[in-house]
Amino acid sequence: MSSTTHDTEVAHGHDAHGHAHPSFVRRWLMSTNHKDIGTLYITMAVVGACVGGVLSMIMRTQLMYPHNTLITDGNEWNAIITAHGLIMIFWFVMPALIGGFGNWFVPMMIGAPDMAFPRLNNMSFWFLVMGFIFVMLGLLLGHGAGAGWTLYPPLINARYSPGIATDFSLFSLHLAGISSLLGAINFIATILNMRAPGMTLHKMPLFCWAILVTAFLLLLAIPVLAGAVTMLIMDRNFGTSFFEPAGGGDPVLFQHLFWFFGHPEVYIMILPAFGIISHVVSTFSRKPIFGYLGMAYAMVVIGFVGFVVWAHHMFISGISTDSRIYFEVATLVIAVPTGIKVFSWIATMWGGSIEFKTPMLWAMGFIFLFVIGGATGVVLANAGLDQELHNDYFLIAHFHYVLSMGAAFGIFTGFYYWIGKMSGHQYPEFWGKVHFWTFFIGVNLTFFPQHFLGLAGMPRRYPDYPDAFAGWNFVSSVGAWISGVSTLIFFYILYRIFTSKEVLADNYWGEGATTLEWVVPSPAPHHTFEDVPVIR
Amino acid sequence: MKRSLKIGLGACAVLLLGVRLALAQSDPTSAANAYVDAPHDWQMWFPAAGSPMQAHIDWLMQYVLWIMAGVVGFVGILMGYAMYRFRASRNPRPGHVTHNTLIEVTWIVVPTLLLAVIIIPSINLIYYEADDSNPYMTVTVTGHQWYWEYNYNAVPGLDYTSYMIPDNELKPGQLRRLSVDHPLVLPIGKKIRFNITSSDVLHGFYLPSLGVQRYAIPGTIVTSWTEIPKAGTYYGECNQICGEGHDAMPIEIKAVPMADYLAWVKVAQADYTENTVPASPLSSPLPRNQFADAAPGAASPR
Repeated sequence: MSSTTHDTEVAHGHDAHGHAHPSFVRRWLMSTNHKDIGTLYITMAVVGACVGGVLSMIMRTQLMYPHNTLITDGNEWNAIITAHGLIMIFWFVMPALIGGFGNWFVPMMIGAPDMAFPRLNNMSFWFLVMGFIFVMLGLLLGHGAGAGWTLYPPLINARYSPGIATDFSLFSLHLAGISSLLGAINFIATILNMRAPGMTLHKMPLFCWAILVTAFLLLLAIPVLAGAVTMLIMDRNFGTSFFEPAGGGDPVLFQHLFWFFGHPEVYIMILPAFGIISHVVSTFSRKPIFGYLGMAYAMVVIGFVGFVVWAHHMFISGISTDSRIYFEVATLVIAVPTGIKVFSWIATMWGGSIEFKTPMLWAMGFIFLFVIGGATGVVLANAGLDQELHNDYFLIAHFHYVLSMGAAFGIFTGFYYWIGKMSGHQYPEFWGKVHFWTFFIGVNLTFFPQHFLGLAGMPRRYPDYPDAFAGWNFVSSVGAWISGVSTLIFFYILYRIFTSKEVLADNYWGEGATTLEWVVPSPAPHHTFEDVPVIR
Repeated sequence: MKRSLKIGLGACAVLLLGVRLALAQSDPTSAANAYVDAPHDWQMWFPAAGSPMQAHIDWLMQYVLWIMAGVVGFVGILMGYAMYRFRASRNPRPGHVTHNTLIEVTWIVVPTLLLAVIIIPSINLIYYEADDSNPYMTVTVTGHQWYWEYNYNAVPGLDYTSYMIPDNELKPGQLRRLSVDHPLVLPIGKKIRFNITSSDVLHGFYLPSLGVQRYAIPGTIVTSWTEIPKAGTYYGECNQICGEGHDAMPIEIKAVPMADYLAWVKVAQADYTENTVPASPLSSPLPRNQFADAAPGAASPR
């Protein structure tokens, strides 16, 4: 649409067509280019994944043996689990999937020259960096912020969590929240207004659909988190008692507010991965996606229903019997659109001509492991069973199957699928497969035994546990170390990519890849579309 | 004079020792030692059901898990077959089918029916778990940082605290991170209601072998219930993050026959009532284990 406007705007700074080369500071600190900002987001995600990953290695090493003395202070332990949760969600999964791949590929896929608000885009990235500094201060200052990523009062109140660290962690959520909110506004404006002529919503690639639904979820959920966090900050510092029973407040109110944000957040983390998987399955089966409209509207339904199921996180908080029944049934309903997606992926493969390149391996891993995580999700949605399983390791196993295997596998799928388009260099196929298989074995060994620990009754957030849980904890920790080694392989792959001299074709995946990012050169030039593409 | 004093003191000492031994032999909760329902090495399933509620949960869990295992297996087989049959080397020319109304409706209808099959028994279980009416007795359970307090509502003044045995004070037969100094003693075969609350932060009253779990929330009372058919020792843990001692406030329950329970109540009343503090959801968060702290060698209810 407004490609000329944007060209004149960025002509001073960014141009890969042989004009002025922007300085490093101008290009990376003051960037308004969606691809550069996407690269910055992916860099942030790599940093976040490293910090969060090191924290998980510390945790798994502590839990390798009962009565371990790696961490002896319960507060230190609580700060680590809190930071692990917050960082993995807000500074790894979200920047990788939404800020990273979303920024890079949504404008390209819809044939737009850039995002609707390039400066806002830059601002949302730097808010996220500020937030990361704050959450790190929350981890490192004093005893650290240790109320868990769910931030439940009264533990998070000033009386039980004194010190500035908790305030830093709370403010970090405001910063990350503003970042996500501005990003969501930008994506909605871009997708609704800047599609190339002929690209109706019903012709739009599924990744763009995924990001559109995700952006609406962010737009509606983040303000609720912001309100709840503000109330916590007021309770801690200004003597209010929103959640303080002694002053007439209610700790359960916070749980309602938090999960009204927190449950859509779960879909915020997985919907973009759904989008990526659809593209990869279609590309490597050399077949258009099966049931396109069903796939798109399944995501819309998941997003919508995702807003009315929040209290399934609160089955044992004393909510009424009828509420438990409603929230159980509403939660189970989500299995239906999720089933549509899984079966449509398989139907896309059906009759295709499937090539098992690295991205396809990750996509297959994603689908199968996500189905396992979904199956345990159906178990946990039963309020009667949740009375036994709530907060134990069965739950930990469940949400790591959909996050550590769902979202993270989605991220690696996208990485291997698009790294050639982003960097201009292909990953080494052999090492990509080694990375996949080691990570697949590692995470399954880590998280599958945790189902058994949960059934046996091991609670979450314990730095030490009864001796009977030692066996499976040891297996789980061995798995974590395998995943850790696998991540080192990933860094070797990064090294190989950035030292590669290979030149890539525009569409290096061949006929299966049909979206607009494959019509531009690899790496994609700074200005994607000199002429607005027209869609048939 | 001196000599008779010595003899007298000696006799008193022997007598006291004898009384203590007699007391130890007639520990009213000893019946619970015969059966211990604790987690075991390499456990892969729920604990042995210690209550009808846990038996119901176990049944529904198997029911739902088998259905879901069928779904996962079905998806796995479909995927595996598609990956094998339609690999590029075997199927070099891809088809172009992107719609099939019948199959698209089928994969909406069949999962919906499966959900209905799950939901019906599941709702029955929710109602069963919620029915805490007409209990034989009610125990108010109060979570504190980092110990539990039990108040027997029907026994005037019977209120005591329960701390984990620290690792360095464990005696043979006690379980690390599970055994406590003063277990909760309950009669078998009777419906017992728990009124669960907290005096400071959230805690989780979690009894895996009995199928009971509720948050302990300050300012409100959340109820649950159990009924234990078999005399024995049952364990539980705090299952909601509550600060640095979160992993150090387990729950130990001694379930004993009614006669033993009544005998224990008499002993316990004598031992505990002096230190009674009325249980209240907003009571002071200060430690209240005066009994254990002040008289470490005193006769314990064990």
